[in-house]
Amino acid sequence: MGYPHPIHPKETPVLSTHFGDAEARSYAGWTARGGYAALKQALGMTPEQIVDEVKASGLRGRGGAGFPTGMKWSFMPKDDGKPHYLCCNADESEPGTFKDREILRWTPHALIEGCAIGCLAIRAETAYIFIRGEYTEAYRILQAAVDEAYAHGALGADVFGSGKRLDVIVHRGAGAYICGEETALMNAIEGKRGNPRIKPPFPAVAGLFGLPTTINNVETLAAVPAIITRGGAWYAGLSLSSPKSTGTKLISVCGHVQRPGVYEITMGLPMQELIFDLCGGMRPGRTLKAVIPGGSSVPIMTPDEVADCPTDYEGIAAKGSLLGSGGMIVMDDSTDMVYQIMRLARFYAHESCAQCTNCREGTSWTVKVLDRILRGEGKPSDLDLLMDLADQMTGKTICVLSDSCATPVVSGIRKFRHEFEAYLSGARTPALAGA
Amino acid sequence: MSGHHDAAPYAPVFVGETKARLEALATKYPTRQALLLPALWMVQEAHGWVSPEAVHEVATELGLTPAYVKGVLSFYTMYHQHPVGKYFIQVCTTSPCNICGAEDVMRALLEHTGCGELGATSPDGRFTVAEAECLGACGFATPLLINDDFIESVTPESVPALLARYA
Repeated sequence: MGYPHPIHPKETPVLSTHFGDAEARSYAGWTARGGYAALKQALGMTPEQIVDEVKASGLRGRGGAGFPTGMKWSFMPKDDGKPHYLCCNADESEPGTFKDREILRWTPHALIEGCAIGCLAIRAETAYIFIRGEYTEAYRILQAAVDEAYAHGALGADVFGSGKRLDVIVHRGAGAYICGEETALMNAIEGKRGNPRIKPPFPAVAGLFGLPTTINNVETLAAVPAIITRGGAWYAGLSLSSPKSTGTKLISVCGHVQRPGVYEITMGLPMQELIFDLCGGMRPGRTLKAVIPGGSSVPIMTPDEVADCPTDYEGIAAKGSLLGSGGMIVMDDSTDMVYQIMRLARFYAHESCAQCTNCREGTSWTVKVLDRILRGEGKPSDLDLLMDLADQMTGKTICVLSDSCATPVVSGIRKFRHEFEAYLSGARTPALAGA
Repeated sequence: MSGHHDAAPYAPVFVGETKARLEALATKYPTRQALLLPALWMVQEAHGWVSPEAVHEVATELGLTPAYVKGVLSFYTMYHQHPVGKYFIQVCTTSPCNICGAEDVMRALLEHTGCGELGATSPDGRFTVAEAECLGACGFATPLLINDDFIESVTPESVPALLARYA
């Protein structure tokens, strides 16, 4: 449902059915709503059967990369005699993204159940849920749900009398966007600085504590129980567009729409309908100027590009952007694109772990150049300089934080060049005071 | 070493119940180093910040060097390396909230707390205001964290009544 709003007729609630329903948070409330049936079913399945069902569903990673989940699970070694780990990425920090927060707050047992089934699929006994430090309320709710799951035998040494051991441990972060990068996340659990690691080795070979590890997003794991009970074919059938984009997707819509919130759509719903029907469109007297559809790291879209774009992986990619995390930032004609692009660059400069030169220097210089443009002190060559910087920040570092900073700058200059030029020519009053 | 003569003696954190909590947590990880983030949270819970003395205590508890602990501590922005006001306010000003007026909320907070500027503590010691990068509640602009309280949909107008709840 479009939390905090009532369900819209164009939504398909699967994950969000119980958002806003505090009773669904408790073990008793969750089982009364059909919870833990999937885990009981999965305890009678082989790891291969679970992986095959998830492969059949077409489920793809909901954190941003969109990698097929069943295939990711199948990369884990078999019969290697080593402990395996599952990590759940609950570090949701990508500006515009606030979907996992509602799963954590309203249906924590859906996530715990998904973690347990994920462990069975990859032959792990332990899942660590890494939750960002700022999600204080979500952390308390999730930890209480984990404690209750242990008390009722849904976790522990003998899960539901199956003889199988499953542990879920909630690990709280402490303020660092970069810990949403999977190898940085593992370092944070290990008690290290959140610096991303060089790959290879990939986590399935040497991940958490040097052992085979799979990392999945909250929304991905929370989707697994329904896939087990209702079948992969059912989930794969939920698509309005491409057979490569299946199921439902939580889209968190924010910015200048009348009804911001978390909407659950069938893949392929036209973006225009999402923004103008479900979210109520722009405020009175305002018009749409730009949409960042998948969290702040993806290219900015213009209203023309939005007009005939299906909300799915392929549809948005065809328009030159990405579905990403499904964190959609909507901007109306009151928005100063140059200022907001500077503000996004500042985010990445603040969050750079600083181990790669191109990122450490590139993000902070991008901010400095944008800053001087906004102060009315920009040089005619500054746009070329920003594009050159962006080029040096793309594909040249250990992780993609640097690329993510370059993305809004490049798409912003390409699509809203006149706004930059207005500052450079003096036609526009400086947004920032002079130095 | 000097400059600590007039300070109250350091009260160790990892004694009694907190030590028991740490050791219970130790059974959930294959290394003791993995307890570092939870241990720093326990310190901050007890003292409000992580002092150099606390860095030494954590290092000793976990078998790490103080330099290593400080390196990790300084990476994560939510740990305070200096004392802060009784109520630490983090206001999100990243783009999604920014376009919905987050900077006006920030200015109202600076004015009504008496902090005046970001990072400063109010003269009465009650408040410190800091900008936060994306609190992950973008549909509920503008969100704040006041210590561990997560507060949504704050406006400049709602700031005075909100602050009155934090005496």
